[in-house]
Amino acid sequence: MTTETTPAAVTMPASPRPPLRERLGDNKILGFLGRLIVQRPLGAFGAAICVLLLLTGIFADVIAPEGYNHINPIDRLKPPSAEYWLGTDQLGRDVFSRIVHGAQLSVIVAFAATSLSIVISAVIGITSGYFGGRFDMVSQRVVDGWMCFPDLIILIVAVSVLGPGTWQVIVILGLLFGISGSRIVRSSVLSVKQNVYIHAAQSMGASTLRILVMHILPNVMAPIIVLFTTRLAAVILAESGLSFLGLGIPPPAPSWGGMLSLDGRSYMFQAPWLAIIPGVALTIAVFGINMFGDALRDMLDPRMRGAGAGRYVAAVRRDRPSSRARQAGGASQ
Amino acid sequence: MSDTAVSQPLDQSEEMPVTDPADALLQVENLHTVFRQGRRAINAVNGVSFSVGRGETLAIVGESGSGKSVTAMSLLRLIPSPPGEIIDGDVYFDGRNLLDMSEDELRSVRGNEIAMIFQEPMTSLNPVLSVRQQLAEPMRVHRKVKEENIEARCLDLLRQVRIPDPEARLDAYPHQFSGGMRQRVMIAMALACEPRLLIADEPTTALDVTVQAQILELLKDLTRQHGSSMILITHDLGVVARYADRINVMYAGQIVESGTALEIFENPRHPYTLGLIASMPRLDAEEKARLKPIEGQPPDLGNPPAGCAFHPRCPFAKPQCREQDPPLEPYRGNHLKACWVNVDE
Amino acid sequence: MGVYLLRRLLALIPTLLFASILVFGVVRLVPGDVLDLMLSENDYSASTHDTRADLERALGLDDPIYIQYVNWLGDVVLRGDLGESLWRNTSVNAEIAERLPVTIELGVLSLLIALTIAIPVGVYSAVRQEALGDHLGRSFSIIALAVPNFWLGTMVVILPAMWWGWSPPSIIQPFFSDPIENLKVFLVPSLILGASLSAVVMRMTRTMMLEVLRQDYIRTAWAKGLRERKVVLRHAVKNAMIPVITLVGILVPILFGGTVIIEQIFRLPGIGQLLLDSVSNRDYPIITGIFLISGVMVLVVNLLVDLCYGLLDPKVRYDD
Repeated sequence: MTTETTPAAVTMPASPRPPLRERLGDNKILGFLGRLIVQRPLGAFGAAICVLLLLTGIFADVIAPEGYNHINPIDRLKPPSAEYWLGTDQLGRDVFSRIVHGAQLSVIVAFAATSLSIVISAVIGITSGYFGGRFDMVSQRVVDGWMCFPDLIILIVAVSVLGPGTWQVIVILGLLFGISGSRIVRSSVLSVKQNVYIHAAQSMGASTLRILVMHILPNVMAPIIVLFTTRLAAVILAESGLSFLGLGIPPPAPSWGGMLSLDGRSYMFQAPWLAIIPGVALTIAVFGINMFGDALRDMLDPRMRGAGAGRYVAAVRRDRPSSRARQAGGASQ
Repeated sequence: MSDTAVSQPLDQSEEMPVTDPADALLQVENLHTVFRQGRRAINAVNGVSFSVGRGETLAIVGESGSGKSVTAMSLLRLIPSPPGEIIDGDVYFDGRNLLDMSEDELRSVRGNEIAMIFQEPMTSLNPVLSVRQQLAEPMRVHRKVKEENIEARCLDLLRQVRIPDPEARLDAYPHQFSGGMRQRVMIAMALACEPRLLIADEPTTALDVTVQAQILELLKDLTRQHGSSMILITHDLGVVARYADRINVMYAGQIVESGTALEIFENPRHPYTLGLIASMPRLDAEEKARLKPIEGQPPDLGNPPAGCAFHPRCPFAKPQCREQDPPLEPYRGNHLKACWVNVDE
Repeated sequence: MGVYLLRRLLALIPTLLFASILVFGVVRLVPGDVLDLMLSENDYSASTHDTRADLERALGLDDPIYIQYVNWLGDVVLRGDLGESLWRNTSVNAEIAERLPVTIELGVLSLLIALTIAIPVGVYSAVRQEALGDHLGRSFSIIALAVPNFWLGTMVVILPAMWWGWSPPSIIQPFFSDPIENLKVFLVPSLILGASLSAVVMRMTRTMMLEVLRQDYIRTAWAKGLRERKVVLRHAVKNAMIPVITLVGILVPILFGGTVIIEQIFRLPGIGQLLLDSVSNRDYPIITGIFLISGVMVLVVNLLVDLCYGLLDPKVRYDD
């Protein structure tokens, strides 16, 4: 409590910050987290939600009191209580357990589909941006053709062909977002390509694959990471939307969207929690990912940093009258 | 008029009205402008005082980051706020303190009695509005020019700034003009309300060398015709020599030397001014001497060095320079310097 | 302008061609299922097509797939004929034409709502950065981006019905005979769809305005002695709107997807409902038709957006 006990406190009064920052500076990840918390508290909050979602997904079997399809025929449509925290559905399944297992499903689908989409985006974007020419032109026309269709229509049509199911949803979402995301990767490749070190590597006779992997890829990682986080949220929303329409992951799998659709809407008057709870879970998850993604984007992309200009009327803050007023006042005395 | 720099300042110094500051068109006293970045404050302008006489052209010279542009912007309070803020000083324009004005009063001065020309003609004109729309704006706002007279007035302005075929150019958009032509449009806009003071912030820096001279001649001619005063902000001493009556040399947010063009060139008293002149290419150099750049970097204005801000780069620095900030004091008459050293020694 | 339009239309041909292959190919990947489905239905097996092969021939499904594609494309391009429904004995054109106005009205209303809310709020939010209004606007857009619209829609259907016994009307009056009754049906669904769109537009408007307000010409406008309102409305907004208009082109496909879900929740008989019905009976000609129409509509809107560009940006010239 008292400052005179340590000599350090005398030289550096009332400011524990610099040493903390120095310590964080030693470790890149810790330093990043430190900056995230200081500069973007909402982003840090979002990151916490993401971590919570991830942990829930990984430890779903430990956290959930029951299996996602564990039927208790006596306890049908029970409102939230001490026994069933979030109530039960029409088959007497514990909604809390289903939400927790639903988190697992969302995490699996989100990571699998997003990873697939990022690989597709990176492959199309990097090759098409780097090679340019006819290859670029053809691939861009294909991407154009693909992108003129509304995402959800493509999803519905594709599900109608492949049939509903977890892996189908993952593949379709990965392909869908992968192709549209390739644009973003391509445009960053085009700007990286201009850099001198790429020409230097080419003139030194480095193989194309080596240039792509060693020089281009690391330099487009920032947009790819940003793309990854924004896609995570989009995938979760798209999967739940599809399952809501009955075209995504079929029951009894505990997809949040599916819970809203079948269970929620048929029993909406007897058991409104069935429709409310999965929506809240979805909203929190998407909110967390969005906030974390925004913060990440602002910190990785320096162009987006900084605010706009204020009004061009400079504030004048002087706690005294102007000099002529003072002179006049002085003269009159 | 090409010989003004050499021949005129001497006899002008007798008749120039700057000796009586109360009668000056513009008088700036102890101006302080800061930019706040979180908890840091950058003191971009740090106690600047000067005056501009009626019909006079004053040049403010310095490296980028010396605070010369911020000084110019602060006069009209044209500093984005936040982060900018004027924390001290007075700016008297014709007896009225611009820093005490309400926003409405200030607006009636801007573009009307005091007009500005900016450094970047490529980006200072609005790309989606035609020249006519942009040119007519100051007249519509400040002068109740009748709608039917606006076109004639616009054409007249374009002619004054010597834009060829003004009738055809009036409805063109900025991207259809070259850089030099855009700067002429900017000048025409600034002259629209016949301002008494024109502030030109590096008006030629972004232009080709050949165009630079044309634009400066134009500015000089037009201010002379209208009897307006001008503040010319530049980092180019070569420009100053030809077009300015008086020169303020700025370094690290302060004026370090002030005098007539002749005084500054023939008898520079501040080591920084000496450095600037030495780093200037001269055609008339007696021997092919190498240009001497000033060593080192300008100081961080968020954390300026103690004493004289120039001492870390100063070849003449003595112990006193590290401890005390030299005041701007008369060296001889109106020739002022802020330096502890006598550079002749 | 005419030449420009023609050039743009020509440039669309490869895109459309690829799109049509995609449409046709994806939907025909598993054509066998529909035959099984049809054969299992009693009324069909009792009809003239006794055998699977007969049925296949009758539906033109026995030709090689590229012949099927050429036939189909010929019908589409030359006669504007999307084929016939497998189940209903009606033409796909008629089915789509009946449903399209509902979807378009829902979409256009949602977009209008989104733009009229989002652009003023986005502009205000940028001009008064960090003011209360800015924080409220940004909080709204953060929340609206996170709340799934199918959940919001469901809540809007459930909660008022539970609390006040009110549920949104769903009998659609033609707009021109009874606009008020018609809007009563569309207003709530459009608001829900518009809310999530407006979040996107608001963010974009705010970002673009902040970018524009940093530009040198804004300082020039202030230096002329203009009042803030004029600096913002005359000098900033027009510049900031150029990228926002592009966003409208990007929003249309999202909007299309949104209508499918909203139609389902509010039981509006639009394209989305037709699509979902057709998916459940594997009525491929209808699925193909809707797929194609959605793509063409997106392309047309994007073309219109590009034309609007020219009105805002003098640098865009159509005549060269």
